[in-house]
Amino acid sequence: MALKPVTFTLNGNAKAAFTEDGQNLLDFLRRSVGDLSPKYGCGQGGCGACTVLMDGAPVLACLTLAEAAQGARIETAAGLAGAALHPLQEAFMERFAAQCGYCTPGMLMAARALLDRNPRPSRDEVIEAISGNICRCTGYEPIIAAILDVAEGRVRA
Amino acid sequence: MTETPMIGGNMIDFRKEFFADERPEKLNEIGKPTRRQDITGHVTGRSPFYDDHLFEGLLHMRCVRSPHHAARIRRIDTSAAERMPGVQRIVLGRDVPRNLNTLLSLLDFGIDDEPILSTDRVRYKGEPVAAVIAATDAQARDAVAAIRVEWEPLPHVLDVEAAIKPGAPAVLDIYPNNKFAYHGKYDHQKLRYGDVETAFRQADHVVEGRYQMSPIEQAPVETCGAIAAPEQNGRWVCYTSTQALFFSLGTAAKVLEMPSSRLHFIGGTVGGGFGGKVDSIHEPMAILGAMLTGRPVKFMWDREEEMQVGAPRGAELWIVKDGVMRDGRIIARQFTGYFDSGAYTRLSSYAVIKCVGHLPGPYTIPNVHANVYCVFTNRTPATAMRGFGITGVDFAIEAHMDKVAEAVGMNPIELRLLNAYRDGDMKAHRRIAKNCALIECCQVVAEKAGVKLAPHLAALASTRDGGGDRARLPAHTVTDENGRVQGYQPWSYARKNAPARDPFVGAPPPVQPPRAPAAGTPAVNAPPRADQPPPPPPPSPASPPRQGALRFSSLSGFRRR
Amino acid sequence: MAVTVETHGSVAEAARALAQGGVYLGGGTGIMRGVNAGAVQGRVVRSSDPALRVIRSTADGFSLGAGVTMAQVLGERDLAFLHAAARSVGGPQVRAMGTIGGNLFAPHPYGDFATALLALGARALMASGSPRNLDDLLRDRDRTGLVAAVEVPRPRDPRAFGFVKVQRVKPRGVAVLSIAAHLPREGGRLRGVRVAFGAMGPAPLRASAVERVLEGATLDAATIARAAQVAAEGLTPPTDPVATGWYRASVVGVHLKRLLERMV
Ligand SMILES: Cc1cc2nc3c(=O)[nH]c(=O)nc-3n(C[C@H](O)[C@H](O)[C@H](O)COP(=O)(O)OP(=O)(O)OC[C@H]3O[C@@H](n4cnc5c(N)ncnc54)[C@H](O)[C@@H]3O)c2cc1C
Ligand code: FES
Ligand code: FES
Repeated sequence: MALKPVTFTLNGNAKAAFTEDGQNLLDFLRRSVGDLSPKYGCGQGGCGACTVLMDGAPVLACLTLAEAAQGARIETAAGLAGAALHPLQEAFMERFAAQCGYCTPGMLMAARALLDRNPRPSRDEVIEAISGNICRCTGYEPIIAAILDVAEGRVRA
Repeated sequence: MTETPMIGGNMIDFRKEFFADERPEKLNEIGKPTRRQDITGHVTGRSPFYDDHLFEGLLHMRCVRSPHHAARIRRIDTSAAERMPGVQRIVLGRDVPRNLNTLLSLLDFGIDDEPILSTDRVRYKGEPVAAVIAATDAQARDAVAAIRVEWEPLPHVLDVEAAIKPGAPAVLDIYPNNKFAYHGKYDHQKLRYGDVETAFRQADHVVEGRYQMSPIEQAPVETCGAIAAPEQNGRWVCYTSTQALFFSLGTAAKVLEMPSSRLHFIGGTVGGGFGGKVDSIHEPMAILGAMLTGRPVKFMWDREEEMQVGAPRGAELWIVKDGVMRDGRIIARQFTGYFDSGAYTRLSSYAVIKCVGHLPGPYTIPNVHANVYCVFTNRTPATAMRGFGITGVDFAIEAHMDKVAEAVGMNPIELRLLNAYRDGDMKAHRRIAKNCALIECCQVVAEKAGVKLAPHLAALASTRDGGGDRARLPAHTVTDENGRVQGYQPWSYARKNAPARDPFVGAPPPVQPPRAPAAGTPAVNAPPRADQPPPPPPPSPASPPRQGALRFSSLSGFRRR
Repeated sequence: MAVTVETHGSVAEAARALAQGGVYLGGGTGIMRGVNAGAVQGRVVRSSDPALRVIRSTADGFSLGAGVTMAQVLGERDLAFLHAAARSVGGPQVRAMGTIGGNLFAPHPYGDFATALLALGARALMASGSPRNLDDLLRDRDRTGLVAAVEVPRPRDPRAFGFVKVQRVKPRGVAVLSIAAHLPREGGRLRGVRVAFGAMGPAPLRASAVERVLEGATLDAATIARAAQVAAEGLTPPTDPVATGWYRASVVGVHLKRLLERMV
């Protein structure tokens, strides 16, 4: 099996790594690149724990071929914080929007994709935006509240 | 005074007027939003779940699983798989040092009944019979598909009622009637309190109901798994998703016949458990893989395995019969319950014990009778889930309360208020009820639901009018020897310190203590105050001796009170 | 066996490669699950042809490249008549990845967008250059070549097109069924009616009995009642974890009635 080189940016940094045929982006990011923030929950598209942004769009890393990341801009939860935490991270902390924390990186990226596109979403739009992400712990309400806190300016950037 | 702070996205309604004298004035944490101490790791994607540990040369383990509910294994042919790319090792039952276990053996409860990798027979669909260790997950999958197993399908049974009929296929040879043996004596767990049959004859109405609950998958977003790797000096490190670290450690030590001092377990960051991560299947397998290859090995379920073979909350079937007076007092309640344990015991036998301790629900009923069975079927073994042993029967009880309310023409909230435990009442398992709060909950529910309560019900309080007659043990309790089994040792539940005492004679009703005295030393049974050390446990004749007993609080909720 | 992935610069090359066997990968939301589980083996063919991602308007409608995603459709104001159907597919991530080409081949109970395309009388433009109507393509999906684009006629009156997806979990859930109806009118009568059901058979299909009732009729309460009555005629919907075939057949008339009432 031939190894294929993939060059891309991860959270703003240029990266290059090899992939094998059939390897998905989730496994590639986690094992070949070492960004462990996207999580495996199903490998079938059902849970959203692997959500990352690819050229700004939320995608399921488990259903994306690693080689499709060639030339792409990938962003993950590990890159969300700059010098300070991202407002979404602050809001998730404040609102108790994570219990086990396993869904959190994917939730944050789904929320980030929403706010990038639509900075003032309604509650229904927030619900829609995280409808591809499963959380078994929180019952979603704290997550919705956290995202709305950011959208409605209750958390400083 | 009513305060409604927001916690998370939820309005939480604190009713501080209730039990105001039982709390110190100032609560520093309760009622106030707080940050989790691990939250920073969660929001930055840095919390170390078991699979977030990278190892050079990591190998991947996957299992060959039964496509049948029940079958004999005639032959396992691994020859083609052994030659496939990336395959390092194929593991069979004979490679497991002690290939028979029951989780409850660590609690001195139950008989070893479950192979780690079955060698001769499978009892549920998805039961593992071999494991492949390969360089990549894909190679392990391909090799699993190349292992040929010759199966001889056997008759199977998937329903508890069918399983206990004479002539049903025996799931486990040690339990030929498909019923767990309690205390080595009976094929069910008994609860006997008073005389239900006489009470049914005296009752104005007898109300019967049948309630069923399907298995429920805990479905944590992180699937179960473990990574094991050789450390130096003959030790093995194991990163695991277990929610019961020392239980898994003990199980691995037993299955691998290895002192636990040679096992270095690292866990505690669990991607959701809900009870489904206690079964300790992955740790011994991953360590065994690391021992056989000398390399780091990961054994992880994919989502399909988590759903198919991950042990769920088991199915339950309940038949409830109440004797009730015209005024709504329930004077007798009888249960027949069946827990579907699936193909092996795991924790179901213990779920039954916990369940029976909970009967008849939070209601003071002078005559209670229960026969609860732990039944084996050819379904996925069941295990713990939140409200272990309680959720299914509570569903049955509360559905039945509504049915009883209808039979006597009462509002269901009123029926509950009337029958609810009050402090000082005698419970069916012969302990005094304390710290009761169902009455207050019902009153708040009524208020929120817009149900107008009659003044005498609105005036009820858990702290008033309990005890007295309500604390008296039944004058006579009818007992029986039904369901006697032969050939088992009378061990099992708390064998180590089982007191030689007949629970049906002698214990005088404990005196109802005053609740939360205004000042001075707390009386026996009073709730502990935060500013004082808890009093020593009362020498109540109705409570079993504690010393030496193994407590396993993550599962049982056993606590010193 | 293992997977080998080939990426071809043009649709034509990808089609030629596929002719020698293998499976085409569009957005991957349907196929990658099988790759991950080891169920898909052998050749996987992709194409980086930019034409696949192009949305063009044509004389009577639009040409959508087969690689156009649901999110892309939702980003085009001119395609508003398709937004309800596109929004009904999966969650935001699936819509950002899933293509309309893939939706034509999505197994039951998927294919909500294809249901809308079928009712609109869309045609597939194959990589070979030949057109194929969706009725045929959906009836026999196993032996079809690569689809390059889908040509969708624009409904003359956008209000003449209606779509509904029935699901248990909201806002995102698998279809109990979906219904798309195109009901053009001429002088108060319905002419050229096309109604399609999703999740009511192995693939999206035309609701012929309903169409027979509606064609030439006026859309009034009596017509709607008759259409609802025959909705399940001749259909044996599949049973799956979301719904039994019996349930689907029992409720399809109710949901059709509600949709038609909305379109009066
Ligand atoms: C969590 C989840 C939720 C989903 N929800 C829905 C839903 O609500 N409604 C729904 O309809 N679907 C749903 N789907 C299914 C799927 O995502 C969509 O049908 C999507 O449109 C498939 O497109 P794709 O490009 O990702 O397909 P792919 O996975 O790339 O391909 C799917 C099939 O189509 C074939 N194919 C793809 N493109 C072409 C082409 N141009 N020519 C010929 N053959 C082609 C492939 O060979 C393959 O057989 C869901 C999927 C997931 C994982
Ligand atoms: S792991 Fe990708 S959606 Fe679940
Ligand atoms: S916090 Fe546990 S799954 Fe969301």
